[in-house]
Amino acid sequence: MDLSLFIIQALNGVQLGLLLFLVASGLTLVFGILDFVNLAHAALYMIGAFICATLTFALGNFIFAVIVALPITALVGWAVERFIARPLYMRDHLDHVLATFGLILVLETLVHLIWGPEGIAVPLPAWLDGQVALSETLILPIYRLVIVAAGLVAAAGLYWMVTRTRLGMLIRAGASNRVMVGALGINIELLFAFVFALGAALAGLAGMLIAPITEANVGMGNNIIITAFVVIIVGGIGSMKGAFVAALLIGLIDTLGRSYLDDLFKLVMSPAAAENSAPAISAMLIYIIMAVVLALRPQGLFPPKVR
Amino acid sequence: MGGFGFSRTTVLSVVVLGLLGLVPPILQWAGQPFYLDVATRLVILAIAAVSLNLILGYGGMISFGHAAYVGLGAYAVGIPAHHWLYGGLEDWGLATVSGLVQIPLAVGVSALFALVTGAICLRTKGVYFIMITMAFAQMAFYAFVSISEYGGDDGLVIDTRSELPLVNLDDPLQLFWLAWGSLVVAVLLVRMIANSRFGMVLQGAKGNDERVVMLGFNTYLYRLTAYVISGAMAGYAGALMANFTTFISPDTMSWANSGELMFMVILGGTATTAGPVLGATAFVLLEEFLGSLTIYWHLPFGLLLIGMVLWGRGGIVGLFGGRKK
Repeated sequence: MDLSLFIIQALNGVQLGLLLFLVASGLTLVFGILDFVNLAHAALYMIGAFICATLTFALGNFIFAVIVALPITALVGWAVERFIARPLYMRDHLDHVLATFGLILVLETLVHLIWGPEGIAVPLPAWLDGQVALSETLILPIYRLVIVAAGLVAAAGLYWMVTRTRLGMLIRAGASNRVMVGALGINIELLFAFVFALGAALAGLAGMLIAPITEANVGMGNNIIITAFVVIIVGGIGSMKGAFVAALLIGLIDTLGRSYLDDLFKLVMSPAAAENSAPAISAMLIYIIMAVVLALRPQGLFPPKVR
Repeated sequence: MGGFGFSRTTVLSVVVLGLLGLVPPILQWAGQPFYLDVATRLVILAIAAVSLNLILGYGGMISFGHAAYVGLGAYAVGIPAHHWLYGGLEDWGLATVSGLVQIPLAVGVSALFALVTGAICLRTKGVYFIMITMAFAQMAFYAFVSISEYGGDDGLVIDTRSELPLVNLDDPLQLFWLAWGSLVVAVLLVRMIANSRFGMVLQGAKGNDERVVMLGFNTYLYRLTAYVISGAMAGYAGALMANFTTFISPDTMSWANSGELMFMVILGGTATTAGPVLGATAFVLLEEFLGSLTIYWHLPFGLLLIGMVLWGRGGIVGLFGGRKK
């Protein structure tokens, strides 16, 4: 096995895992604290990418664009919370699913109307666009390392906020008993709106980070949302730690499975059979893992302690 | 609601099914045969919606992956037809265009997929269940995307329709009548199941699982049985769909399609006999109407969906004063 290729693939896996974490952490926060199922979460990922694309051209700099696009995406999230989510908190999950499904259709069509059907490529500044050679064969794109670093910083910041600040304490308290938190005089509505906007910004950040690689396009949210669901199911819905561990696990398994499963299969079956079955199996791999985890631990790997 | 009482919903169901049955003669008379396609598609989608209503409406199982069964059923027609034309799988007896093989295969494969995934999904509840059914459907979607022999992403053209005794599916009118007859049977079947002892346990478990368990019922097995029946029916709808469109692609299994099926059931009225049929009718007509106005028809459609959830309760059946559970 080629070691440098393996390292590159593993890095891609970590990168995918961290992006998944950014999307999944918002989902799991909103579900854990607000008890709200938001299918449209990935639409915010898409909107983040498009706003960032427009701003990159307007401001002429990708980094500035991300910094400005983050609060705008949070604002979109805030509006979604105010007008769609808030009236539905007391309803059952089916209503959440239907309303946010409708919201996806609305937001995707709006993006289609505003930005057109074509995807938008997002140019990187020259200093991010290069590659770094660690050895003769091991050449890594700088931007992928930046995504990994940004993902880790966001994860660390989130961890710090949730475990070390007063706001985080309220969020954790809201997750375990929101009636009690409200009774103690905390403005629950404001807390909920903040959590929702934070989740939107995190999903938006993931969309912004991936846009220079894949370009911003209308369908981009549809694939990642289901994988993000798999992440929070495997990790345990409502658990931040679970989301982080499961996101990296799923990211690595998915990426490495697609690259190495056929080699692995060739050890036990004929090359032709391996060539035929490996693509299908590797496409299903993360769902098979999810099924196994659920069969053994229906509440996920790290279920939150109180619900 | 007794089996023989002519309640409002019963009357409503008869009226709706009867009206749908009148569509072809009216179209013929009006000289608009094009719209027969719309009617056929509507009736096939209604079968899938009726099957979803069994688990979603009566069983309280919010499955967001029902389109996967429709897709599996359609591939069960498309794959044997593909091998019949291009060779392969003869040893298994699966290189055939006989509907007597394809349709049982569609039902069987869907039932099996429902059994395996349902056994896992039903260990969970609530939002977990929604997401897991969605994830398994996506798994089927990606599996077919990656199988290049059956067209992968691009889908599979079905060159020859299923051959059945007595009906010729190449004739659009006969295909409609087969679909319509199947819909009537499906509606009756689900109604019968819902009113049976089995259905009572299922509905009881939806209301209060613990209580029904305490009465000595294994509600898990009841739910799983309903889940398998529902999947099998949706697979049958898929087999009809394949014969109607003569094309099948993984897109059939996409979660957008699963969402649309859910929308039909809820728009019409969950846990009612006529609801899913009314919902499918409203959905298809709305789609045709909005689609003819603008290519951005998803925008008003999505707004309508949100509005329905925020302000409308009980679906269309609720408007008729039908009983809603």
